[in-house]
Amino acid sequence: MNKSLIMIIVAGALINNVVLNQFLGICSFLGVSKQMKASISLGGAVIFVITIASAVASLLYDFILKPLGMEFMKTIIFILVIAALVQIVEMFLKKKSPAVYKSLGIYLPLITTNCAVLGVALTNVQNGYNFIECVLSGFGTAVGYTIAIVLLAGIRSRINEKDIPAPLRGAPIVMIAAALMSIAFMGFGGLSF
Amino acid sequence: MNIILVTTLVIAAIGIIVGVGLVATGKKFAVKVDEREVAVRSQLPGNNCGACGYAGCDALAAAISKGDAPVNACPVGGNPVAKEIGRVMGINAEETERKVAFVACKGSCEVTKNQGNYIGIRDCRAAVMSGISVTDCSYGCLGFGSCAEVCPQKAIVVKDGVAIVNRNRCISCGLCVKTCPRGLISLVPVSKVVQVQCSNHDKGPAVKKICSAGCIGCTLCVKQCEFGAMTFGNNLAKVDSEKCTLCGKCAAKCPAKVITSGTGPV
Repeated sequence: MNKSLIMIIVAGALINNVVLNQFLGICSFLGVSKQMKASISLGGAVIFVITIASAVASLLYDFILKPLGMEFMKTIIFILVIAALVQIVEMFLKKKSPAVYKSLGIYLPLITTNCAVLGVALTNVQNGYNFIECVLSGFGTAVGYTIAIVLLAGIRSRINEKDIPAPLRGAPIVMIAAALMSIAFMGFGGLSF
Repeated sequence: MNIILVTTLVIAAIGIIVGVGLVATGKKFAVKVDEREVAVRSQLPGNNCGACGYAGCDALAAAISKGDAPVNACPVGGNPVAKEIGRVMGINAEETERKVAFVACKGSCEVTKNQGNYIGIRDCRAAVMSGISVTDCSYGCLGFGSCAEVCPQKAIVVKDGVAIVNRNRCISCGLCVKTCPRGLISLVPVSKVVQVQCSNHDKGPAVKKICSAGCIGCTLCVKQCEFGAMTFGNNLAKVDSEKCTLCGKCAAKCPAKVITSGTGPV
């Protein structure tokens, strides 16, 4: 693995963090981060789905859309294929490994509609990545999502124990915490190899 | 023109491939669902209200068929549904009494005043969040009717600034219990009509000053009760519904008339 491939993973995970820097997938980021366990499950499911989705999207783009000159349809076709892909993966897991299916639970179908998945696939082809770069970038981005949601879940479990001023309780303090995290992640912007 | 045709054909082709693929995988990887789960699900009301504590009727059906939840776990369906599910599961359903929502406050506009000048959103949760004391009693019903709003059966109405439950319409889904920001509402068995209708934990004189229908902590009810069902703690009388025989002596003696005896409106 050479330097630029490592850079793609690091860039996806930290520098261009999908949640804190590109503001994709905010819904599940705020919604599921109430409990540490659930957020780890969701993170696992996201890593799984985004990696597969970016691989399939890359193949589709390189071998079908590009030769036919219909790059402009990429958004619609990616939506179609990713949705079907997640369904198939879900059925496969349900039959072949119920343990994994159970631990991912409701989060697997939820991810189908997560904009982060589509966002990664589209960003990849925009950057002109090849197949391996696409997979690595997808993996890195998903790891970044997991880092962000697990960190927020940790912060929220601490927040719950504290005496927060009444008007800030609930959603507002979570927004503030997420904003501070986002500022902190800006620090990775200076990172370069 | 050509590109439109190609695009249409390609997307149609992808759609067909995906569709066929999904059906094929669906058939190939079909997982047998427990027959009982389907049967149980068909008996449940299908409101998906979540009052049972599961994500919805499907989740409850799965839990019941696995034996993780009792057959009478659905509070909305009550006894008839529990019996049917019990038949499916081969278990005799224990008779559970229907529960109804009970509002532990009778602080209407006549008996208590609102000194605070709250002009925010007319919603109990918003009012509590504002930190302003809307009612003089910091425990009592705010009267904005958030509970009435969430009630799927329209069984709660706010009358004279206090929420009143229509016991006949209540399906004991518990949504009002979760909604009330002051935690005034609880689910009580429908026959247990003797309840303390006050939630104020302040000392007697302080209560008397702000509300003429609040528990003043005289403990007369505790002395009256022959069955030890009445207890007094944290400046508030409390009924133990298990021990209560509904004799109504406590309600008759209560100087503040804060204990319900089933005769008046609840």
